[in-house]
This record gives sequence, C-alpha cells and structure tokens, in this order.
Amino acid sequence: MGKKWHSNWEGFKEGRWNQTSVNVRDFIQQNYTPYEGDDSFLVGPTEATKNLWAQVMDLSKQEREAGGVLDMDTKIVSGITSHGPGYLNKDLETIVGFQTDKPFKRSLQPYGGIRMAQNACKENGYEVDPEVVKIFTEYRKTHNQGVFDAYTPEMRAARKSGIITGLPDAYGRGRIIGDYRRVALYGTDMLIEDKKQQLATSLVRMTGENIRLREELAEQIRALGELQKMGEIYGFDISKPAANAQEAIQWTYFGYLAAVKEQNGAAMSLGRTSTFLDIYIKRDLDRGLITEEQAQEYIDHFIMKLRLVKFARTPEYNALFSGDPTWVTESIGGVGIDGRPLVTKTSFRFLHTLDNLGTAPEPNLTVLWSTRLPKAFKEYCAKMSIKSSSIQYENDDLMRATHGDDYAIACCVSSMRVGKEMQFFGARANLAKCLLYAINGGVDEKSKVQVGPKYRAVEGDYLEFDDVMEKFDAMMEWLAGLYVNTLNIIHYMHDKYCYEKIQMALHDREVKRYFATGIAGLSVVADSLSAIKFAKVKAVRDEDGLVVDYEVEGDFPKYGNDNDDVDELAVMVVRSFMDKIRKHHTYRHGVPTMSILTITSNVVYGKKTGNTPDGRKLGEPLAPGANPMHRRDTHGALASLASVAKIPFRHAQDGISNTFSIIPGALGKEDQIFAGDLDLDRLEECGNQACNIPNIMDSIDNE
Amino acid sequence: MTKGYIHSIETCGTVDGPGLRYVIFLQGCPMRCQYCHNPDTWEMNKGDEMTVEEVLKSFYHNTAFYKTGGVTVTGGEPMMQMDFLIELFTELHAGGFHTCIDTSGIVFQPDNKRVMEQIEKLMDVTDLVMLDIKHIDNAKHQQLTAHSNKNILEFARYLDRKGIPIWIRHVVVPGITLYKEYLEQLGQFMATLTNVKALDVLPYHSMGKVKYESLGMEYPLGDTREATKQESVGAKSIILAAYKKAKKK
Repeated sequence: MGKKWHSNWEGFKEGRWNQTSVNVRDFIQQNYTPYEGDDSFLVGPTEATKNLWAQVMDLSKQEREAGGVLDMDTKIVSGITSHGPGYLNKDLETIVGFQTDKPFKRSLQPYGGIRMAQNACKENGYEVDPEVVKIFTEYRKTHNQGVFDAYTPEMRAARKSGIITGLPDAYGRGRIIGDYRRVALYGTDMLIEDKKQQLATSLVRMTGENIRLREELAEQIRALGELQKMGEIYGFDISKPAANAQEAIQWTYFGYLAAVKEQNGAAMSLGRTSTFLDIYIKRDLDRGLITEEQAQEYIDHFIMKLRLVKFARTPEYNALFSGDPTWVTESIGGVGIDGRPLVTKTSFRFLHTLDNLGTAPEPNLTVLWSTRLPKAFKEYCAKMSIKSSSIQYENDDLMRATHGDDYAIACCVSSMRVGKEMQFFGARANLAKCLLYAINGGVDEKSKVQVGPKYRAVEGDYLEFDDVMEKFDAMMEWLAGLYVNTLNIIHYMHDKYCYEKIQMALHDREVKRYFATGIAGLSVVADSLSAIKFAKVKAVRDEDGLVVDYEVEGDFPKYGNDNDDVDELAVMVVRSFMDKIRKHHTYRHGVPTMSILTITSNVVYGKKTGNTPDGRKLGEPLAPGANPMHRRDTHGALASLASVAKIPFRHAQDGISNTFSIIPGALGKEDQIFAGDLDLDRLEECGNQACNIPNIMDSIDNE
Repeated sequence: MTKGYIHSIETCGTVDGPGLRYVIFLQGCPMRCQYCHNPDTWEMNKGDEMTVEEVLKSFYHNTAFYKTGGVTVTGGEPMMQMDFLIELFTELHAGGFHTCIDTSGIVFQPDNKRVMEQIEKLMDVTDLVMLDIKHIDNAKHQQLTAHSNKNILEFARYLDRKGIPIWIRHVVVPGITLYKEYLEQLGQFMATLTNVKALDVLPYHSMGKVKYESLGMEYPLGDTREATKQESVGAKSIILAAYKKAKKK
C-alpha cells in the first residue's frame, strides 16, 4: 500500500499506517492517549440502553424456557451476506447487526460438517431442510468428510479411544482473530486494493503452496466485497474509512459479524479493540460531537451485540465445554514496548459495561496485566472483579516479550499478534492415557483393543521407574507423531473446505501460523511417575494379564506442593512431549506450540481414562489444565501455584492454566472484627457508648 | 542442626499476621483448650521431622510473595520447640524477613532461668507476637484450658517491657467468653500495656468437631453454639470501648 490520505482521518497523526502498509499498531501508537485517572468519569446506561437490555433479558428468558434455543435457521446457509438486516429495535440501537435476520436465531453453518449441523438442529427440535442436506452430502464436500477421507485406521482408533481428543474435525477450529479494526481504519476499498496488490505480487511458480495462496487471496478479496455488501444491507457504506466513533465501532463490529456469520468456530475472539476505538471516541469528544453518555452508549451497545453471538451446537459439544461458550475474548490494557500503558478511558468504558448491562461471561473481558499498569486502573479492575467475578487476567509482562504490544488472546489464553499471527487449534493428547498405554504395550485399558504400537508391556508385579520411563518415552514418541499428523490432516481439510476467508482477509499475506497442540492429565502423570519412583506401585492384572489397577504402597511427593522431586517430573514430561512434537513436519510450516489448559473438558477425559498409578480411579476427572490433582496440594495456594509456575512457558507457549477458587475470608481479615493500629489509636472516636452496636448487649447478657 | 516437629505448612497465609505469610504449624501443645479446632496438633514429638533448611525451602522459592509479609509460626504451641524456633528465626532475621509467633504464652516461666534465657534469645529475633488470651478470668481460664493464665498475662507485660509489638487474639465462645464483664476486663488489661498493635476477635466455630470424631475423641464443647459474626463485632466494640476508656484515664 502506498501513501494514502482520506478526509475521514482528519486530526490523526500520520505514520507508517497510512504511508507504507496496513498497520493498525502503528496507528494506535501514533494516536492514542494513555489515561492514568480513575473511574469517576464513567456514566450509567442511557434509557435506550436500558430498554434494549430489558428486551434482551426478556428474549433470554424465552430462550431458557424454550430449552436453550429460541429459533434456528434450517434453510439458509449462513454466509456474510446470507441474511437481511436484523434488529432488536432499530430506533434505539446505535450499533447494529445480527448473525441472521433476527436476534436469538441461530444460523446454519454446514461447512464444518453437515452431520454436526443436522444434529445441532435435531437435538433442539429442528430439522435441516432436506435440500440443504442433499447439497452438502452429495454435491458439496465438508471439512468433516474431507478429514475422514484422509484419516488412517490408526488415527480413527486413537480418536475413538480418546488418547487424542476434542479434535476440531467435525466443527470449526476457531482461534483465529481477524484484525477487525482494519475495517474501521481503512474501509473495505483500501483493504481490497491492498489484497489485490498482494495477489499481483504473489509467486507465479505454480507449486501447490503458491496455488493455494493465490486461491486464498482471491477468496479474501471476494469476502471483503461481501463485507461491504453486508454493510449496505444495514444501510452503511463501509468502503470508506470510519468517519467518527460510532462508525468506527460499527465498522469494527461488521468485520467481526462477518466472521461469526461465516464460521462457527470453537472460539471466535474479538481481539484488542478498546484502545483503538478510544482514539475515535476521544476525537469526537474533543470536537464536541458527542457526550460521555453517547460514548458509553456506543460501547454498551457494542458489548450487547457481542453478548448475543450464538451458534448452533450439539448437547455433547456443550457438555465438553460446560455451557455454550463463544469465547468472544477482548483483550484490554497491557503496556506498550515504549513503556506507556495502553490503558485509555475506553478500557474503563469496556469494563464499565459490567455495571451498565450487568455481569456476563461473554464477551470474555481479559485484562492484560502488568505491574506497570496505572494504579487507578488496577484499582478499578480489582473493584470490578470483586463486583462481577467476570474479568480474566493474563500476564502481559510475560507475553509482551514474545508477541510485542499488539497481540490479543484467542479463546482463553492463546496469544497472537493481531492480523499477523494465527493459530491452528489442535485440541489435546491425553498423556495420562499415554502412560497407561506404555504400561500395557499400546493396549487400551478400557476397550482392550490394540490402539498404540505393540511395544513390550510392563512385566512383573511392581512397576520399576526406569522401565516405565523408557516405555513412556517411546509411547509419547509414537503419540506425538500420530497427533501431529492427525492435526495436519485436519488443518489441510479445514483450509480446503471451511476456509476462514474474511478473517484471513483481515490478516497480512505472510502470516505466522502457530500449530497448537495440547496435553491433558499432566498432574496425573507427574503423580503417577512420582508414586512409581518414590513409593511402591503394584500392578493389578486382569485375566488377560492387562494391568487394570494399581496398589500404591507408601507415600510419595505430589505435584502442587512446591516439591522439586515431583515437580521436576512434570517439567520433564512437558519438555519431552513438546520436543517430540517439534520433530514432526507441520502443515503450512506451522510453529508448534503446546497448551496445558483444559478448563472443563478434563471431566470428560477422565471418564475415558482407566485407573492410574497415582491412585486415581477409572472415570474420576483429570485435574483441569496444569492444576494439581484435587486435594493433593496440601501446602496452600502459593505452593500449589509455585509448582505450576515451574512449567516452562517456552515449552507450553500456548498457555498454562491453573484454575482455583478462594473464599473471600481466606484473602484476609475483615476489618469489622479486626482492629489494627489506626482503630486502636483513635481514642477520641469512642466515648463510653459510641462503640456499642445495638442489640449486642442484650444478646450477650442473656447468655 | 536441630530438627523441628512440623504438623504442616501453609504457604498462602493471609490471616496470621501482616501481609502474606508463610505459616508453619509446629506439632505439640500442652494446652487443652475446649474449643481448639486443631486437636491433631496436641501430641508432642509427632509430625514430620524437618530441619530449618527443609522447612524454609518453599519459602525461599517464593520470597517475592512475602515481601510485605513474612513467616508466622503457630501450632500447636510453637514455643514448645524453643531450640528449633530460635534457629529458624535467627536464620530468617539474618535474611531480613519479618518473623511472628502465634502463641498462647503458656511456655513463659519467669522463675525458670533456663527458659527465660531461651525466650530472651528468641525475642531478639522476633518482630511480632500474636498472643492468644483464652480467658481473662483465671478461674475460667483454668476450666477452659486446664492451665492458669497468670504466666500468660505476665508474658504480655514482659513483651511490653521488651518493646515487642503484640496482637491480642481472643476467641468469643457463647457461654464461656462472650460476657460483657470478661470482655471489658480484657480491654482493661490491654490498656495496661503500651505494645498492643491490634485486636483480633475470632468467633468460635465448631468446624473442629470432625477432627475430634476422626481422632476418636469426645468433643468438649458438645453442642455449644457458634458465635455469630454480629456477636464478634459487638465483642470487639466492647473490648475496644473498655480499652479506650481505661487508656483515657
């Protein structure tokens, strides 16, 4: 993109963003105004907001009463321009647009897999139009079909047994964040022009790779054209840059809306929009065009829309994820690499929606926490967390080192530079099960089928650490290879049959792709290895000689107590499995990463995993993410966290989660029953009776 | 290297002293307080035998968290393991860390020279004492804990002379300590001291019951009801009012 200027940019400071390339980060850095003040400027909801939200609450109630789904589209295949405009109340909404022609109506998205789409409808009492079914069965292949065409018998078996699990082979992989801000900053015309130039300058040696890129760029250009049409459907010309705050929010939302109309992804995150939008809001406020009430109203209405993103999903899917999450994650705050906090007034305005609209799990408001955030913002975050329990925090100081200062979180922890990096979501491998396969020579402990390679099983009555480790290492080697190859098929087919064209249109041409893998059952494995090493573990065999249970004699160090003996085993497993993953070819030169972050699905994985040498019984849940096993961390929260903190981020770059809750009383003394220095010294305050609390005397004297 | 008998360690202590605390529960206590919710810490010479180095390993891993807090020893009665305690606190003080003892004061014996020498040594490396006064009335104290409170109150005066800050802790139990006169007496006693920095009023709860059951012991307080939060708040006001009234004189 050459040097550009547009009248809608008046008042903005120029930079690389308009002189050389599409560069939202540069625009933000040149133009944003850090805010170090407190929350006293915030205003409550307008009448329009209250009315709209009451309408939403009413619809939510109807939806719950209808069993979780209010309406489904069974005929129109969802696409960027598939539906006419939808409104709650056109006259009151300052930010508009729904996935279908009305709110709470879920769209039909069969590209990931027609059967999943059919089941989602069927389970909710709807039926997909037979014509659509026919098209997507006979004429138009889906991602799901493509994957199963290519799967090997071994992959199918591993998938069935659950040693590899949660794979996005029948649903959208998600975890891609389009840089939706680009729509507002540049308008679709400039973006299309830029993409055309990318196509024109792409390699012409027609290898498979280059052909695919050319085809994708063409798709992206088409998608941007459709996006512009979608704007027209709602009466907006988004071909030009946004001229004011309302348009900037609206354009940004249109970009996101196009994505959720096109993809029913496992996580459809928004990115990092608040500080970007603040530039527009501040410009309008400074020019006297809007009031604070209006600014907050735009944000409230934007957030309202994000809360109403809905997908058609099956009950099993919801069971796996404990609910119906959309993971509309918005990353807020953080610190720039020049040291200036990226906190603006609009960072406050976003969090303030939790007051104005009440609390909600979506959008997943995520504060990028740094010790260097302004104090007033930290205090506001703390206040809102106490009030709403709805804010997620992540370590900006850690992630900034890897991703710079314009990254965002996809899903719950996956960090990526907005518009420059994306992720191939890869679910997870169950290492607890892998350990059992190592012990039983690749035979599944539940089905007794030979799923893994027929290595030598453990012999004798007692498990020997060195012997088990050697076998576990070999089994992990096998699993890593199979897992990566399975994911290679999935992402190849997803690109082919369910390509995220609008999201990728809002990326650079040269995208860094993270090839995300994950593991489940880390603490079970660490504790099992610890039991084998430091206690005695007796193998209990069934009539076929298969080890199906374990008797632990003696005690052993348990992960979660800041005990290096066992924590080092956990670290070793993580590093070792990640290194094995790294050995393999990944689709599209994906950079392999790994996560340890099951938050809810650990329950389902536990059901599929037999008895383990740490004493855990068949069917009992695995611990979530990198958590210690339930009740085995006996030294308090810090020791528990210290164990988790030893897991090296560079070997689990896609995120390490530790879920724990704490009752408020465990966070400190209540000042009502505790008197410290000041209370004791304030002698004058308390006369002879001033400190008495009504009624207490009576109750005491009556004892 | 002296070894201590350790009952357990809590790495995220937020209620046992200022800031975030590394709380070490030492095993063994001579008191038999009827409302004790940790009867499993009574027996002497049990628990994990650990050196100072072993006990502090996890603390040193995570000192960043304890910057505004420190280490608290509790139990059991921590002062029963005097040699270990002196070694532990001497080491911590050398590192500049804040040290706190949560104690009943029962170990204090003004007439025992050897004990007093040790206590002197310990107090040289102690920053704060949380003194748990079980009952201000001596006869009632005898009933409640099987010991006199004479030396305990004497310990408070001793700490005052030494200039070591104390926090007074007091558990309010309906029918035992939750009486206006006793609460006022406690406040008045506090007013005779100049080193009281805080008052922590704890409502009696019966969560210890299950432990007695699992230890095969009878629960001494039977069905004594728990104190409500409101009662604790009230008790605090009464103690403070008496304290302030006496101070004003």
